[in-house]
Amino acid sequence: MIHMTKAAVLRSSVMAALAALSASAATAQGVEVTVVIGATGNAVSTFDALVAPWEERTGNDAVLVPMPSSTTDQFGQYRLWLAAGNPDIDLYQTDVIWAPQLADHFVDLTQAATEAGLIEQNFPSIIESQTVDGKLVALPVFTDAPALYYRTDLLEKYGASVPTTWEELQTTAQMIQDKEREAGNTELWGFVFQGNAYEGLTCDALEWIKSNGGGQIIEPDGTISVNNEQAAAALDMAAGWVGTISPEGVLAYMEEESRGVWQTGNAVFMRNWPYAYALSQGEDSAVAGKFDVAPLPAGTGEGARSAATLGGWNMAVSRYGDNQDAAIDLALYLASAEAQKFRAVNLGNLPTIQSLYQDPEVLAANPYFEAWQDVFQNAVPRPSAPAQQDYNEVSTLFFTAVHSVLSGEEDSATALDDLEADLEDLMED
Amino acid sequence: MIEFAGSLLLNLAYFAAFLAVTSLVVFPFYYAVLSSADRGEDRTGAGLFWNIMFWLVVVLICLIAIFPFYYAILTSLETGTAIFRVNYLPESFDLRNYESVLGGRSFVRSVLNSVFIAATTVIFALFLAVTASYALARVRFRGRGLLLMTILAVSMFPQIAVLSGLFELINWLGIYNTPWALILSYTIFTLPFTVWVLTTFMRDLPVEIEEAAIVDGATPWVIISKVFLPLLWPALVTTGLLAFIGAWNEFLFALTFTVDETKRTVPVAIALLSGASEQEIPWGPIMAASVIVTVPLIVLVLVFQRKIVAGLTAGGVKG
Amino acid sequence: MTTTVTTAPGARASGKEVSLQQQRARAAFWFLAPMLVMLVIVAAWPLFRSIMFSFTDATSDTIFNGQSEWVGFENYLTWRVRDNGEVRWRGVLADPDWWNAVWNTVRFSLISVSLETILGLLVALVLNAEFKGRGFVRAAILIPWAIPTIVSAKMWGWMLNDQFGIINNALMALNIIDTPIAWTARPDTAMIAVLIVDVWKTTPFMALLMLAGLQMIPRDMYEAARIDGIHPVKVFFRLTLPLLKPALMVAVIFRVLDALRIFDLIYVLTPRSEGTVTMSVISYLNLQQFGDYGEGSAQSTLLFLIIAVFVLLYIWLGRVDLSGERSK
Repeated sequence: MIHMTKAAVLRSSVMAALAALSASAATAQGVEVTVVIGATGNAVSTFDALVAPWEERTGNDAVLVPMPSSTTDQFGQYRLWLAAGNPDIDLYQTDVIWAPQLADHFVDLTQAATEAGLIEQNFPSIIESQTVDGKLVALPVFTDAPALYYRTDLLEKYGASVPTTWEELQTTAQMIQDKEREAGNTELWGFVFQGNAYEGLTCDALEWIKSNGGGQIIEPDGTISVNNEQAAAALDMAAGWVGTISPEGVLAYMEEESRGVWQTGNAVFMRNWPYAYALSQGEDSAVAGKFDVAPLPAGTGEGARSAATLGGWNMAVSRYGDNQDAAIDLALYLASAEAQKFRAVNLGNLPTIQSLYQDPEVLAANPYFEAWQDVFQNAVPRPSAPAQQDYNEVSTLFFTAVHSVLSGEEDSATALDDLEADLEDLMED
Repeated sequence: MIEFAGSLLLNLAYFAAFLAVTSLVVFPFYYAVLSSADRGEDRTGAGLFWNIMFWLVVVLICLIAIFPFYYAILTSLETGTAIFRVNYLPESFDLRNYESVLGGRSFVRSVLNSVFIAATTVIFALFLAVTASYALARVRFRGRGLLLMTILAVSMFPQIAVLSGLFELINWLGIYNTPWALILSYTIFTLPFTVWVLTTFMRDLPVEIEEAAIVDGATPWVIISKVFLPLLWPALVTTGLLAFIGAWNEFLFALTFTVDETKRTVPVAIALLSGASEQEIPWGPIMAASVIVTVPLIVLVLVFQRKIVAGLTAGGVKG
Repeated sequence: MTTTVTTAPGARASGKEVSLQQQRARAAFWFLAPMLVMLVIVAAWPLFRSIMFSFTDATSDTIFNGQSEWVGFENYLTWRVRDNGEVRWRGVLADPDWWNAVWNTVRFSLISVSLETILGLLVALVLNAEFKGRGFVRAAILIPWAIPTIVSAKMWGWMLNDQFGIINNALMALNIIDTPIAWTARPDTAMIAVLIVDVWKTTPFMALLMLAGLQMIPRDMYEAARIDGIHPVKVFFRLTLPLLKPALMVAVIFRVLDALRIFDLIYVLTPRSEGTVTMSVISYLNLQQFGDYGEGSAQSTLLFLIIAVFVLLYIWLGRVDLSGERSK
């Protein structure tokens, strides 16, 4: 798949030090750089347009390998390829939580990113999430964080304000749900979220716990903090929603199922990612023009604050690729303000470069980006950094425990106690 | 320990009760089907009742088998919020999903890849299995049972457990990212299946047929190709069809052993259909793609129709 | 393996027979060889590796460079003494989640395979009967089996949804239930949902194999029975079932094999909760998601052993004639 001339090998080794700079444009006779990304939306069809300026400048060729959009499918495949030292792939688009687990297989981009000025342009928390033991594993290309979607028409009708605490949300949701059902709107529910046992529940539950002052499962210093009263209270609160303000089926909902309930006009509140915004404004949507977004509510008690789990994608350079220098150069381009602006305007991806949130063109294409600036103030990373190699297992243990509390199989105290012991076992190995 | 044995017995009792109830419920339908040939033009009340029962079974089978597919077709003709609403009859006739699937990058190519890979796998497996099953079914030698068990054992590991080993093997053979990687890896589940099924059916063929051929001086190869094959058509076609679908629908190996878009197979291509974001699932196009790829299989069945039911109309008594 | 060859069609002692037997033996060997060579090439290394890894501490980073270390049976069972003197058993065999998965898998397999056998045989008998539109039914029956599992599982998840699923909608319209059931969400109904979808999906497999079996039974035997005026139910139990037994046996064995390894349907359709998680799902998580090849391979190997036990038990209890000796 990769055609590389001897001359190219020679040249790239000579230019190794310089390659970080986009000045490698001088490469007349280009190489092929293979990029593997999850196939989402127009990311595949617009890829050629996205990399066209880079290809023109460098004379290289960027080749796309699309993967299924399921994050877990991608992760399994990438890990196998990387373990086998697959030379066919030069660049990997990685999820924000993968950095610590795959760090050994990727090139350190600290120097390249510093020289390109990317470090100071990005949100510091995002750069931090991609740094493992002082090594910058991947360059952020876009980010993601959830918000609270609410129905402006229903809140207005019943004179309710946008909830800032979970308690308020619960009361408002219950009140509107009851009154609407009395009025004959029998299918209306108060609040939908993602309650299926999968990575998405880890995100949701981390928000409940963190916003209630219950820590973030494993703290950055490695202490397992999840077994505390505030965390238990947060889970009890969420378990109380199931069957009252949320349909019982929420225990099997992922993002799309919640959007389905919301977009047909059958929910007052929804916790979801930015993708649902444009879709909910679609012309056939029952909620078009009747909703807005706000930061997720906070809990009560000490240290309570709004919290939004950080998502997003990054570009990592494989250590085993044949064209490392050209790959680094392409990664720098894809992470640059230029490429991020293209993504924001054409794909609606949230940039990681702060200044783009003031860019008139970006805001004209996505007016709701402004609302997300507040959301980012409260972004919380999942404990992928302290969990290191074991993050997937930590997350699975966590969402399994949370799911059993939500479904009423276990009480929160027991579940968290067992979870703590399981996490200890895991981290000790 | 006693507790465990107790709960085991209790569960076995539940299971037995469950089986009994199921059999009881199903029996009238069995009766209606079994007696259908005898009833003929029975015009009495009872005959009419059982005829109705028979047709009820037929209608139920069709309804249950087809309804989800019908629903998939409905969904494939819808876009936007309509997908989240329940409807039983088509409300819109929007071919946009089909256009987006067929006009997408290399979907048609994936279908062709799948056809080639599944067909080659099946032809290959059937060829190896026919000769092997003749030896296993018609020639006696010590350790035949053990050999059959060993062949079966190959199919007893979960797919994911053999994935990394196969990956290594495929890299070593240098066939990574080619159709041959999939054809080779699919034999791991098609070959044991075809060998077992054909051995079973071959064993049941009457002895007299073979004896007559031997007396005529036929070699084993002639016996297989000229005498047994024609009799084995139903088994051969059915096994081939089931193995074909198995290879056609395989996902994990196909995802791991191919990289290029032009080398992908249908299930991977369907998984590559995507919504506007990581979280969105594009229901319309997925359903359209499923409908598109199911049609060739239905055509395949209709083509092989006659062969599936071309059983032993004549033939000797069983041995 | 071809030392004690006799011809299948009875032993008629004569000088000519010996050379004929030799000829058949040679032919048998050459007929078997390509298939066996093929299987060895494809399966030997992956299977060997999988079993080997179960005795090592292999992780996704060490599976290809051979840096994993031998740990004996530690993945299966080991213990460690905590500071307070408490002994903590570890390993797959001491893991309650594993035993829960074993129980789920076995329960699922027994129920689904028996339902599929009973219904599959009924469908096969229907397809074997003569009626108008038989060809249509035969094509229709294949549809569930033909749709890729990843698609049909998602599709059923949609149809079983509590808010916009057509099944709840239909059941409510027919007044069978008065509030929607969250089929896949509740631990008590999730397994039922999986069973419904699995029976729907794999009954055609059983039906087609058994139909092939029915087709191999000579028609004139039925004719004879009918002329003698034997009751059709009697014919079914005395004639059809015994003659169908070999086909039934293979169909059931391969269904049991697949049912005990069930993965994608459960993985896609239901939350990963205690109620439905199976052996393959646990092993998949360890191998693919956690990169823990030692433990994942140990679980795969145990699954292999459990399947082998089930198949042997079935062959023994069902008096299945594996070597074909008794029928001759």
